Amino acid sequence: MKNIKKVFPGVVALEGVNLKIEEGKVLALLGENGAGKSTLIKILSGLYKPDGGQIFMDDKEIEIKDVNHANGFGISTIYQELSLCPNLSVAANIFALDEPTRFGIIDDREMEKRTKTLLNELGIDITPDVLIKDLSISNQQMIEIAKGLSKNPRIIIMDEPTSALSNKETEILFKIIRKLKSEGKSIIYISHRMEELYEIADDVTVLRDGKYIGTVKISETASDELVKMMVGREMDKFYPHKDFKYLKDERLLVIENYNKENFYNDINLYLRPGEILGLYGLMGSGRTEIGQGIFGILKKDSGEMYIHGKKVKVENPLDAIEHRIAFVTEDRKNEGLVLSGTVQENITMANIGKLLNRFRFIDSRKETRITEKHVDNLRIKTPSVHQIVNKLSGGNQQKIVLSKWFEIEPEILILDEPTRGIDVGAKFEIYKLMIQLAEKGVGIIMISSDLPEILNVSDRLLVIDRNQIVAELDPKDTTQEKIMTYITGKGEIDGERY
Amino acid sequence: MGKGINKITDSKVFKSYGGVLIALIGLMILFSALSPHFLKTNNILTILSQVSIIAILAFGMTFVLMIGEIDLSVGSIAALCGIVLGISLDKGFNAMISIIIVLMVGAIAGFFNGFIGAKFKIPTFIVTVATLGIFRGIGYAFTDAKPIQINNSTILFLGNGKLFGMLPVPVVIVALLLIVGHVLLSKTKFGRQAKIIGGNKTAAEYVGVNTEKMQVIIYIIMGIAAAISSIILTARLYSAQPNAATGYELDAIASAVLGGTSLSGGYGTVLGTFIGASIIGVINNGMNLIGMPYFYQQIIKGLIIIVAVYVDVRNKERMIDV
Repeated sequence: MKNIKKVFPGVVALEGVNLKIEEGKVLALLGENGAGKSTLIKILSGLYKPDGGQIFMDDKEIEIKDVNHANGFGISTIYQELSLCPNLSVAANIFALDEPTRFGIIDDREMEKRTKTLLNELGIDITPDVLIKDLSISNQQMIEIAKGLSKNPRIIIMDEPTSALSNKETEILFKIIRKLKSEGKSIIYISHRMEELYEIADDVTVLRDGKYIGTVKISETASDELVKMMVGREMDKFYPHKDFKYLKDERLLVIENYNKENFYNDINLYLRPGEILGLYGLMGSGRTEIGQGIFGILKKDSGEMYIHGKKVKVENPLDAIEHRIAFVTEDRKNEGLVLSGTVQENITMANIGKLLNRFRFIDSRKETRITEKHVDNLRIKTPSVHQIVNKLSGGNQQKIVLSKWFEIEPEILILDEPTRGIDVGAKFEIYKLMIQLAEKGVGIIMISSDLPEILNVSDRLLVIDRNQIVAELDPKDTTQEKIMTYITGKGEIDGERY
Repeated sequence: MGKGINKITDSKVFKSYGGVLIALIGLMILFSALSPHFLKTNNILTILSQVSIIAILAFGMTFVLMIGEIDLSVGSIAALCGIVLGISLDKGFNAMISIIIVLMVGAIAGFFNGFIGAKFKIPTFIVTVATLGIFRGIGYAFTDAKPIQINNSTILFLGNGKLFGMLPVPVVIVALLLIVGHVLLSKTKFGRQAKIIGGNKTAAEYVGVNTEKMQVIIYIIMGIAAAISSIILTARLYSAQPNAATGYELDAIASAVLGGTSLSGGYGTVLGTFIGASIIGVINNGMNLIGMPYFYQQIIKGLIIIVAVYVDVRNKERMIDV
């Protein structure tokens, strides 16, 4: 790809971007959110048309008209967002629109046989007639990969394939990638996980703000150099410095014997003002459910809550908000934002009561004033407070979700995977924000499955396994390995990478 | 001159309603060219009186669509309410008591729709397809499928009377409800919460919106709107008929969508809906004036609904675009 350009109304998404992929090589594509990686890939896979530049294959210039056309060239894309039909079987998904037929009728047996062969070859242990919805997220991702490979492509694009995979499955994936390499296939690999790139990639192409920064051999480039290419400045550290003492050694929040059958058992914990309490657990361990229990959206069966030593009743989100507890969900788009609403409506939605004038009508001038304050504070990039949120970038959308919860002036802030899927620069900003809040006396519960993050950011750490708290640790004198020894369900539940 | 036009196209009113307003004015020009009677004050007031019945249903429907639900039973609720009005007057209750009874019947019918949908998590499309038959059936059962004549002068005044000798009462009622509905939806916490539910139900629950309660309340509002609409309809027909208001639910939905309300929830205004209802009213009236046969009118109205939904889909695409 040479000199690729893509313009969206109002923004130049890509300009002068080059990409070269050789046979039997793995090319990593690196860049912050909004750097243009997805746009570039969508051009290559036929979803977008470039506004400038040329694409060559085997030294011949080609034009990719649409997705089918791209498949015809042997380009197959495995997306991060699952594109499977949950109501159909594994086999039916892999052979979607390409089913083997006999006399015009789909030959289920043949389809399942071929699926079995394909999965065996890839080392994936899943039966072909299971429905997709009955598989775990990580197994679904593996099927997604198998589907992408079933068309026997020459160029395979993988967009964050490991973000939903466990350690074991990531290794299977890497084995598959090495095998594909040896067969002379080319792979374009996108990941935020730097250590993965060193394990699997040959070359790295870096994009920044839609521009081509360069391509380097990974074996000759240090990771901080890559980060510098990516963010455009020196990043001497990934975690902000914090050296504050607890403002007060008192109990802001105490949870006693919280229980909810099948979701969380015997939860006892406390939170101090100004403290960042880490909740670490694997996917399915019950870590999110504990947060939801505290917030009241997954109502407890039994148990007591105390705030500032006073017994309080939090049985639904409204109670929680009244007691100034905020919950920033993991899935921003589906759980946090009204995408069709304006910036203003999204920021004020947790505290509409504050906007009412004495006739109980919404005071729109006041609403705008409140919104502008948050837009300034968090440096949300939007043309206007009346902008529809859908059109803003992911980073700005996340800032809007945070603003919404800051607007209730929370005393207790629960953050569920606050940095999942965002780049180093934005991560750093979020950590800084958390520390600023903590310094003001806010107690923060950070739910995370990112071990380095939880070790570096939290003041105290609870390990969650099988819906229970199994250990309380001091992050300063523990290690990733030690934390993992507390997780017993490793082999049985859907683990993530550590 | 150019500057003046820019001023108009930049204004908030134009941005929100420009498209439908142009359509409305265009249709009015078309029909006034086709029929000399169209633009007379009398005819305009007639159109508004006719529109009032659909418009009031459509106001309620705007709230229902706003939270991402639908109500296909409103025509049946209106018919049932009309019959209850007739029976109540027949039994010797005065107009005031009868109206209160009718409003309560509408509210109960709405409550039933909303509660079944919210509590048992049944899609409201299915619930209201079922109650479309149920409410209509109750109406037939009450009357043995016979119409009930209305002689009560107060009730007849509500549908046919004039204030100050010229202003039709239905137009006054619709104007009042337009203001109340518009303010409720766009200026109050209640309206904002409805918008949030339609935009993202999970997000609404996380910020403490009681989505089940909101759904029930909004269906009650819908039921009351159907009851008010039925009083005007019954008065204008001088009788309560079990087969009245058949198919009105579709006109109400079409009005709201024409006026910019999103079928999947999260966006819409009562004022827009009123413009949408006016377009349907103008088409009905205009086609009658130029003597178009009834079945052609059906075809044209159907085509308009398709156009309306197409516009809705396109608007949404524009929103999703980067």
